[in-house]
Amino acid sequence: MAPQTLYEKIWNAHVVREVPGQPSLIYIDRHLIHEGTSPQAFAGLKAAGRKVRRPDLTFAVMDHSVSTKNRLLPVLDADARGQFEALERNCKETGVRLFDMHSRNQGIVHIIGPELGITQPGQTIVCGDSHTSTHGAVGALAFGIGTSEIEHVLATQCLSQAKSKTGLIRFNGKRPKGVTSKDFILTLIGKIGIAGGTGYVFEYAGDAVRALSLEARMTMCNMTIEGGARAGMMAPDETTFKYLEGKPFVPRGKEFQEAVEHWKALASDPGATYDFVVDIDASKLAPQVTWGTNPGMVTDVTSRVPDPNSFSDPVDKKAAERALVYMDLKPGTPITDILVDRVFIGSCTNSRIEDLRAAAHVIAGKHVAKSVKQALAVPGSRVVKVQAEKEGLDKIFLDAGFEWRDAGCSMCIGMNDDVLPSGERSASTSNRNFEGRQGKGSRTHLVSPMMAAAAAIEGHFVDIRKWDVNGAE
Amino acid sequence: MQAFVKHTGLVAPMDRVNVDTDQMVPKQFLKLQTREGFGRTLFYDWRYLPGEALNPEFPLNFPRYRGASVLLARANFGCGSSREHAPWAILDYGFRAIIAPSYADIFYNNCFKNGILPVTLSDAQVDDLFKRAEKQEGYRLTVDLQDQVVSDESGLRIPFEIDPFRRDCLLKGLDDIGLTLEHEPHISAYEKSNPKSAPMYEAVDVKIAAPQT
Repeated sequence: MAPQTLYEKIWNAHVVREVPGQPSLIYIDRHLIHEGTSPQAFAGLKAAGRKVRRPDLTFAVMDHSVSTKNRLLPVLDADARGQFEALERNCKETGVRLFDMHSRNQGIVHIIGPELGITQPGQTIVCGDSHTSTHGAVGALAFGIGTSEIEHVLATQCLSQAKSKTGLIRFNGKRPKGVTSKDFILTLIGKIGIAGGTGYVFEYAGDAVRALSLEARMTMCNMTIEGGARAGMMAPDETTFKYLEGKPFVPRGKEFQEAVEHWKALASDPGATYDFVVDIDASKLAPQVTWGTNPGMVTDVTSRVPDPNSFSDPVDKKAAERALVYMDLKPGTPITDILVDRVFIGSCTNSRIEDLRAAAHVIAGKHVAKSVKQALAVPGSRVVKVQAEKEGLDKIFLDAGFEWRDAGCSMCIGMNDDVLPSGERSASTSNRNFEGRQGKGSRTHLVSPMMAAAAAIEGHFVDIRKWDVNGAE
Repeated sequence: MQAFVKHTGLVAPMDRVNVDTDQMVPKQFLKLQTREGFGRTLFYDWRYLPGEALNPEFPLNFPRYRGASVLLARANFGCGSSREHAPWAILDYGFRAIIAPSYADIFYNNCFKNGILPVTLSDAQVDDLFKRAEKQEGYRLTVDLQDQVVSDESGLRIPFEIDPFRRDCLLKGLDDIGLTLEHEPHISAYEKSNPKSAPMYEAVDVKIAAPQT
């Protein structure tokens, strides 16, 4: 048999039916849902008199609109309350397991999936959220879908899909201190552009990727969609197996050993071919900061805000001009001269325990700059929150002048009341710096947790490599 | 789903590259539970000034583009969030077809689920259509899915490519869940030979705070 990629192996194992001239019917192993994109799918299902085929493979959580403050208080936002009630009702009626806002396992859907071991290697995983690509870090095929497709999966546990092209992205060399997997993925998006991966599934490889923790790998897969590719994935290895062992939904004992043997066979075969290959020297990378209104508008922290005239493509030039007006930035401004109003450490990209540890290490014994109006630390899940509190990280954040919040999507999308006010500028560990993403008129700069933490202390971006980051990760 | 066979309508240009779905329907409208009524929210932050007064500088608000039903757009249209609220808003506003050089994957897929035809043409062809739409007030295009041609009243005819299966589903307005359910025996057979389950090996989901009633 011809050598196969990880993607092809998972794909082939999930084909239910192939009819010439039609997309393939693919079986879905895990369906994750949240309050934001599911109500219309359940309503459609009900209207058509259809049932949820596999409630046992479907998991629901409240994350997008939940308050990160006191959840014992009534939900004042009537629309958000309506969504929560709808999700609760829909799950009750169909037998889908729900982690509601009071569950100790509540958290951002892409944080709790791997954390509970719902997400496992070799699976197909979908969710009505583009950052579903996160779960690919365990060696799964995971991608975001629309509400019509949610309804389709609820009814059939299958999706009609055309096979994607494949891209191999290799990061080799020793990652410098202060440079994180967030900087890996931002560098890649800056290189290929935000549509560079359209039509592709990416596989990340190379010794610099192998050396990353599983949580750090999730950050890369998470932002894969920002480069246009619907899914990103990594071959499962010892790091993956160690991470998964003992998680609530992961097999135990002999069954776990059998699973590991199966998972080991998922890695791409030697000689497997890809539609394109990108090689990046990780040892040469610097911390990244976005300057514009999409994640591809990014540069090294040591660099300057680019001059739109430096873009040869007239379309890029126009986009850069528009972005600089929106961001209120002048060409040539050193990145480290950009002042920030607020700092957000959170989101499905960077709110896991290692992210919080890294940020806490940077701010320990220091205080948020007077010019910074708000610094938020929002754990990705309640499990992360409890762990952080066990380690005393909450105290470090609070002593430094950060607010320590409950778990949810928070200021990444601003569907609750954690909103970046118009005209204000953030250093944010989230994934999108689109116009108005964190709030109408808000200006977002995407960075790693260490970079965001340092910006909170200094009130402007700094090159974290100049700080003592030994022990930050 | 509404079928799409052939549509003729006024063209509105959206001359921006990488228009993301956050712009099409901002976050505050993602809490509604219907598929209808999103037309009002389309391009909300661009379209309205404070107090929902129409922004006179935004092209869709120009009197000459009122009632447009063919949206002319730039590359990577619909990038970002998977929210299907974006195509719902486009449809509810009155657009039946989009013409652009490229689309983001999830948005492209979502269009077909809602009876919207996203036509892909080359950069040069789209450029030319932008020029025509801006030059000639009342510029209309006919988008014919049956014959796979975009045409105007001056005799311009541009053929386009589209996946034959997607074309067929849209022409007939097929319910794709119904289509998949026709494969029920195959789904059951797959489940039998590949038993999937998500057993839980330790207690989870204890409430840490009682909800207030």
